Amino acid sequence: MPVQALTGAELAERLSAGVPASVERWEEEVVWVDSSKVEDVARFLRDDSSLDFQFLNAISAIDFIEYFDVVYHLTSFRLQHTAVIKTRLHGRESLSVPSVYHVWRGADFQEREVWDLMGVDFQGHPNMKRIMLWEGFEGHPLRKDFL
Amino acid sequence: MPIHTEPMTINVGPQHPSTHGVFRLRVTFDGEEILEVEPVFGYLHRGTEKLAEERTYVQIVTLTDRLDYVSSMINNQAYCLAVEKLLGVEPPLRAKWLRTMVAELQRIASHLMGIGFYLQDLGTLGTPLMYGFRTREKILDLFEMLCGARITLTYMRPGGVFSDTPPDFWPALENFMQELPSEIGEIEQLVMENEIVLVRTKGVSPLSPDMAINCSVSGPVLRASGIAWDWRKMEPYDAYEWVDFDVPVGANGDNYDRFWVRMQEIHQSARIIHQCMEHIEPGPVRLDLPLVFRPEPGAEAYGRVEASKGELAFYMLSDGGVSPYRCKIRSPSLINLTVTEHLLVGWKLADMIVTLGSLDINMGEVDR
Repeated sequence: MPVQALTGAELAERLSAGVPASVERWEEEVVWVDSSKVEDVARFLRDDSSLDFQFLNAISAIDFIEYFDVVYHLTSFRLQHTAVIKTRLHGRESLSVPSVYHVWRGADFQEREVWDLMGVDFQGHPNMKRIMLWEGFEGHPLRKDFL
Repeated sequence: MPIHTEPMTINVGPQHPSTHGVFRLRVTFDGEEILEVEPVFGYLHRGTEKLAEERTYVQIVTLTDRLDYVSSMINNQAYCLAVEKLLGVEPPLRAKWLRTMVAELQRIASHLMGIGFYLQDLGTLGTPLMYGFRTREKILDLFEMLCGARITLTYMRPGGVFSDTPPDFWPALENFMQELPSEIGEIEQLVMENEIVLVRTKGVSPLSPDMAINCSVSGPVLRASGIAWDWRKMEPYDAYEWVDFDVPVGANGDNYDRFWVRMQEIHQSARIIHQCMEHIEPGPVRLDLPLVFRPEPGAEAYGRVEASKGELAFYMLSDGGVSPYRCKIRSPSLINLTVTEHLLVGWKLADMIVTLGSLDINMGEVDR
C-alpha cells in the first residue's frame, strides 16, 4: 500500500493537543509551527505512537527576503504516512531555530548545510560549523542577496 | 600484556584512491583501532542549487547529471518528476515505461560500480571491478544509442523523455539482457561465497535498524539493516506500480549485507526491465511543453525517487518565473554518511576502507 500524506488539519489537531501553543496555522498538507517550539514538536512527532515520525527525510530552508522558511519532511515507516512541517523566521540577521539533532541524528549534516549555505543557526547542535565551504568563508551563498 | 600507545590523528584523503572522489576522513587511531572519525567534504561543491535558480527548468536537467554521475538517469528522473508535480502534468504512458526501464538499467550500472569498488577496497585487485565495468560498458552503449551521451545523459525531460528509441535499440537491449545473467553470475561465483570476502565482511560494522532510521539512512544501506522500505513500492512513480519485483532485505546490516542487497537488487532490476520490454507500446514519448515555461506562483513540489544510493528528492518552489525560486536537493549519499562515525569507531584501519566502500557514496552527490 502506498504512503499517505497526513492532512494539515489532522496533524494540527494532534499537535495542538500534544504540544500546547505550537501550531500557528495549517494548509492542505502543511502545518506551520512556532519556531521556538520546533524541538518539542519534533520529539512529539517522533514519540507519539499514532504519529510515529521516526524518519526525517529532509530539512530545507528558503530565503524569502523578509523572512526565511525552514521545512521538515517526515515519514513514518510503521504507519506509512508522511508529513510536512514548516516554520517561519523573520528578519535576516542572527536567525536561529532549535536543533532537532537530538531527536533525529539524520539532522546532523542537513542542519550544518542549512547554516553553511543559508545562514540559519540551529541551537543545540553539537557541531554547528560550515560543511560545504571552508571556515572563514564570508556570507551564505544560497541567500538571495549573496549574488 | 597491553601495550601503551599514543593516539594518532591521520587524514585519509582528500586525494586517496579508496575514498571514491575527493573526500577526507579525519581519523584518530589508537594503534590500528579507530577512536574518532570526522568526515570532511565540500571539495566538489559546485553550488548546484544556486545555479539552478539562474537556469530554466529544462536547462537544469543537465545539472542533475552531474550530481551522482554514475547514475544520471535516476537523477534526471527525480528532477523531472518534481517539475511535473510542480506543473501538475503527467508524461505519456510510453515515456513512463521508457523511464522506468532506463532507470533500472542505470541502477544495474551503478550497483556494479558500487560492488566493484567495494570489492576493490577489500583487496580483490581489479578482477570483479573489471567484470562490473564490462557489463556497465554495454549499458553505456545502450544509453549512447538513446541520447548520444554515455555519462551525462540528460535523456529525460519534464513531461517525458528527449526522444523515442532508435530501431536498433531494441535488438541491442534484447542481446544485453540475454548476456546479463551469465555476467552477473560470474561475479557472484567469484565473490559471494569466497571465504576471504565472508571473513572480512560478515559481522563487520553492523548498523541496527533503529540507528539506520534515526540517522535518516536510505537505499540499500537501510534495507541491509532489515527494513523493507523502497520508494518504488511505497510511493510508486512512472511505471513502477505496474511491475512486479521484490525488495531484498538484509538481516544483520553488516558490510556483507550491504553488498548482498546490491547484488540482489541487480536481479530485481533485470526483472523490471524484462517486464518493461514486454509491456511497452508505441505512442508519444513527450508532452508538448514549451522549452521555457512558468509554473504557478507559490507552487511547490517534493519529487522523490528510490535512486541507486537511496532516497533522492528535489524540493522545488516556484515564484511564477522561468527558473525555480528554490531547488533543494535531498542527497542520499550525504545523509548516508551520517552513520560513518557510528560504523567505524572501534573497528580497525583495514575495515574502515571497506565499510566506506559498503556505503557506496558518490562525491558529486555529497557535495553538489
